[in-house]
Amino acid sequence: MTTLFTILFDGVAYGMLLFVLACGLAVTLGLMNFVNLAHGAFAMTGGYICAVLVNNSGWPFFAALPLAFVSAAAIGVALERTLYRHLYTRSHLDQVLFTIGLTFMSVAAVDYIMGSSRIFIKLPAALEGQFDFFGVGIGRYRLMIIVICGLLTVALQLILAKTRFGSRLRAAVDDPRAASGLGINVPQVFAFTFAFGCGLAGLGGALSAEILGLDPYFPLKFMIYFLIVVTVGGSSSITGPFLASLLLGIGDVAGKYYVPKMGPFVIYTIMIVILIWRPNGLFGRAATR
Amino acid sequence: MTAVSDVSSHAIARARWRPAEIAFWILAASCAFLFPSRYLIMTDIIRLALFTLSLDLILGYAGIVSLGHAAFFGVGAYSAGLLALHGIINEPVIALVAAGLIATVLGFLTSFLVIRGVDLTRLMVTLGIALLLEALGERFSNITGGTDGLQGIEMQPILGLFAFDMFGKTGFFYSLIVLFLLFLLARRIVNSPFGLSLRAIKNNPLRASAIGVPVNRRLIAIYTVAAFYAGIAGALFTQTTALASLDVFAFEKSADLMLVLVIGGTGYLYGGLIGAVVFKMLQEVFQTITPQYWLFWIGLVLVVIVLVGRDRMHRWALWLPNLVIRQVAGRKAVVAVPESDAP
Repeated sequence: MTTLFTILFDGVAYGMLLFVLACGLAVTLGLMNFVNLAHGAFAMTGGYICAVLVNNSGWPFFAALPLAFVSAAAIGVALERTLYRHLYTRSHLDQVLFTIGLTFMSVAAVDYIMGSSRIFIKLPAALEGQFDFFGVGIGRYRLMIIVICGLLTVALQLILAKTRFGSRLRAAVDDPRAASGLGINVPQVFAFTFAFGCGLAGLGGALSAEILGLDPYFPLKFMIYFLIVVTVGGSSSITGPFLASLLLGIGDVAGKYYVPKMGPFVIYTIMIVILIWRPNGLFGRAATR
Repeated sequence: MTAVSDVSSHAIARARWRPAEIAFWILAASCAFLFPSRYLIMTDIIRLALFTLSLDLILGYAGIVSLGHAAFFGVGAYSAGLLALHGIINEPVIALVAAGLIATVLGFLTSFLVIRGVDLTRLMVTLGIALLLEALGERFSNITGGTDGLQGIEMQPILGLFAFDMFGKTGFFYSLIVLFLLFLLARRIVNSPFGLSLRAIKNNPLRASAIGVPVNRRLIAIYTVAAFYAGIAGALFTQTTALASLDVFAFEKSADLMLVLVIGGTGYLYGGLIGAVVFKMLQEVFQTITPQYWLFWIGLVLVVIVLVGRDRMHRWALWLPNLVIRQVAGRKAVVAVPESDAP
């Protein structure tokens, strides 16, 4: 029984992490209809920046996390303004080719600068080890992830639902032409959202170094996971991707524990079945584009 | 002239063999005598060309974006390897066809998954199938040899007459003949009414179904045919190199394939062949400059191609040949610019 709770706990932590990593993609891919396969590259950037700051410059871990967010967002907005912007109206094939190209470049560049081996971030002593909670082993680091990601999710939901920016974004997504007719600066809204999503990915990358492992091939290895979160979750709200990442996290951890030999087989099968059953995602809108 | 006869005469005119095409194939065959020391890389190019031809059939003609085409290549490769390893079918040509048919069956079964949904769902499903097969290959490592791959494959002579030699001469001619035969078939397919209906579907599926084209059935058919081609390419890979490993399913393989096709141009059959030659030469160059980091340059090529615009790039590339043809023959250019991908 306690193993079950441990799996559940680890799965939730893993799922929360996936959500923070992928929710930027949910916006670009789900809402702006731009196939961004390079999303993992921003996560990797954040992770490596955090690692360099903590390991080489001796920054405290919690000070490096915001910087991972800010730098990934800055790179994101720079790329969006210079390159991505031109591709919003192009065919999906062009978008796929372009973002695969970016991913390949980032993989090789990080390999060149940082080396190809897996990198670890030195954690403060307070986050190491685990404690017992009614017989269930709770990892401190994972608990911190759940807290941070949970707060972020609530904040995101509030921003989207309650603030002026949130309603602008929803309007821009629903109908960009009508929105710009109402005086909303649609490109600016998209650029800001894109940057925010990249920043969240960077933060997620920094947090995930301990759990997912950070090496130059990170963007390729986890690309499919981010895509699963978005396509299975659907794009109509933030709740869909959130539930999908929790499902994916728990499913993956449980699968690795109970049927270790089947590896990722279970996840891919479930994904294909869900996409056949509901092509627009579990919680998606029925309307096609 | 009625519209029907106009369309058919236009289609027949398009399907006619042109001098440039004949020259292309003579050049391809004469490479064997021009570069006798480079059979291995030339065989590699031919395999890649066949594989790209397969992707062109579904992407360039039918407009299905696939990120997991390596699945069929891998199935073909493993089928050919297992058939040879266990001595089930010793004759390479029959084994080749058998491996192609196994990939065809898989293509037919998965085509039902692919025709559902929009572009994004297709991307995910094709990618998922390739990854699924890779995971299966790892799971059943007692059959597939796991990460080490199949080892100890020994190929029997082709048709019992031509043994594979260590310089790859037999392999080269074998691959070239297979490519040529399959190219003829593909040429026939895309110039047939069936091929024309595929283009109609690609341009506008709704309109195509409105004029009575059974969209889903056509897509299933072409996807299955493309799986056959990819399976043959995979089987050729195993037969000429005598190895098969799990790399054949890797995502990088499908991504590279897209790059090859895009370099050559989508929507015309020579695109895949030209792309394969250019890609392998680029790869050689980059690997001599920076052996470890050539992935970076491949990525850069992709980004630049998309930013410049694929159509524009091909117009530039074809500018010189077209100029020469116009000056020499004094007529309209015969090397066509591939059709654009815009819907």
